[in-house]
Amino acid sequence: MNGSGRITAQSRLWSRLVQIAFLAALLLLWFLATNVWGVSRILLPRPANVWDQLLNVLGSGAFIPDLRVTLGELVAAFAISMSLGVSLGYAISRSQYLIRVFEPLLAAIYAIPIILFLPLYVMSFGLGPNSKIALGATISFFPIVLSTIAGFGHVDRTLQTAARSMGASDLQMFRHVLLPAALPVVLAGLRMGFTVALLSVIASETIASFAGLGHRIVDLAENMDTARMFAYIVFVIAIVAFLNAVVSKLEGRARWR
Amino acid sequence: MAVSGATRVAAAPAASALSDRLIRHPGIARLGVVVLLFIVWELAARFYLDHDFISPPSVVLMSLGKLLATPGVPSALWLTLYEIAIAFVLAVIVGAAVGLAVGLNRFANQSFMPIVLLLYGIPQITILPIFVLLFGIGAAAKIAFGVSHGMFPIMIAVAAGVQKIEPVLITSARSMGASRWQLLRYVVFPHMIPSFFTGMRLGMSGVLLGVLLAELYVSTAGIGYFTSIFTENLDPTKLIGLVSMLAAIAIALNEIVRRAELHYARWRD
Repeated sequence: MNGSGRITAQSRLWSRLVQIAFLAALLLLWFLATNVWGVSRILLPRPANVWDQLLNVLGSGAFIPDLRVTLGELVAAFAISMSLGVSLGYAISRSQYLIRVFEPLLAAIYAIPIILFLPLYVMSFGLGPNSKIALGATISFFPIVLSTIAGFGHVDRTLQTAARSMGASDLQMFRHVLLPAALPVVLAGLRMGFTVALLSVIASETIASFAGLGHRIVDLAENMDTARMFAYIVFVIAIVAFLNAVVSKLEGRARWR
Repeated sequence: MAVSGATRVAAAPAASALSDRLIRHPGIARLGVVVLLFIVWELAARFYLDHDFISPPSVVLMSLGKLLATPGVPSALWLTLYEIAIAFVLAVIVGAAVGLAVGLNRFANQSFMPIVLLLYGIPQITILPIFVLLFGIGAAAKIAFGVSHGMFPIMIAVAAGVQKIEPVLITSARSMGASRWQLLRYVVFPHMIPSFFTGMRLGMSGVLLGVLLAELYVSTAGIGYFTSIFTENLDPTKLIGLVSMLAAIAIALNEIVRRAELHYARWRD
């Protein structure tokens, strides 16, 4: 028991070392490719230049206008998909028949890469934030509505019957039976919807727009300013990771209550 | 218009018999919902909305022939299909190879799975411009972007599938003197089939997303060229037609891998 425990701890340490070595090897390869082997700087900037640019972007606050655009679009898109997804999902979940009519339909649409319809959204809503909000709301609507249906629609029958037979009112049913049972599933759907909305907003900025973080990366790529582009990519990846971590934390905390 | 005629006929039978059938067959009601959505779209586009921005579905359908006669459109569609096919094959090969290598060895799994998950978590859309800088605006960039989207779910599913094989099976095969190859061939591969097909389904949706994102992003060639031209010319009929054809391709490919998964995932039961 004790011995095997020590072996796992030891092998875990070795795994960490392998991981660090792997990432360090990648960095070294990047350094060698740009500083020694002379790979074109337009294709691959030097690590030091990227670092300088990153400090410059962060220090000068140059990222603020783009970040504000992207976050604004994200908040609007998520607000729309959350309110529509949760309310429609709840309405559908109240009837097993409606679930059987709508759930397969929504799941089928969710399987299509909806980003395909971006050109239609751009045509109707223009190149500005509205098309990004509409697309982000559309794409994130599906995980939210599907998980709301799954959460509220599949609450244990015996629990519901038991509560009813003990004379629970509709409100009490909702508060003490349906909501606690459904909440974890719905929250997981909301978290997924948030991530999907964020990625869709950035994707539509990348494909067609004139503002936002996605647009900034494309703009720098077109100007062959690759060092700054890499810096922005690092920044955006960090922002996405940060927002996802915040949302996961919120989900965990809400689930505890 | 043919569509609304058909529903009028369907609405004719006695109401009670109809609602009876609807309740027993949710599929019919589902079809009804879809038809209703198309009717709403048709009427709204015909009478209320601006013709510069949206076309009724009947017009889109009738103009598909004209769309396919537009020089370059059929070849752009074929090229996209070709990119998806190549990207899918490559994603499956890379995903299965890495998934096996990482899954078969516990230490490798413990060391490299976190790195795979870390890379999978990166929002790849941010590095799309790098793909285009490296591979140009042709098929290579789109295939590469499709592979990078599709391979991770396959890796993860294959590695998880290998890990789930009961150790008893491997130990007993070994004790009966199975060689390494025999172990793979007769124990690991057969037991991996369900998770392999799950991985292929997830990989296909990744490949579709990657290839289509790259196709839309590059506006000087392929699908992206036509979507931007049709948008600029305010030609919603052709734009909706083109996008719908791509959606149909995506639905068909998803359906093929989903059926395959349903078929092969049942293997063990």
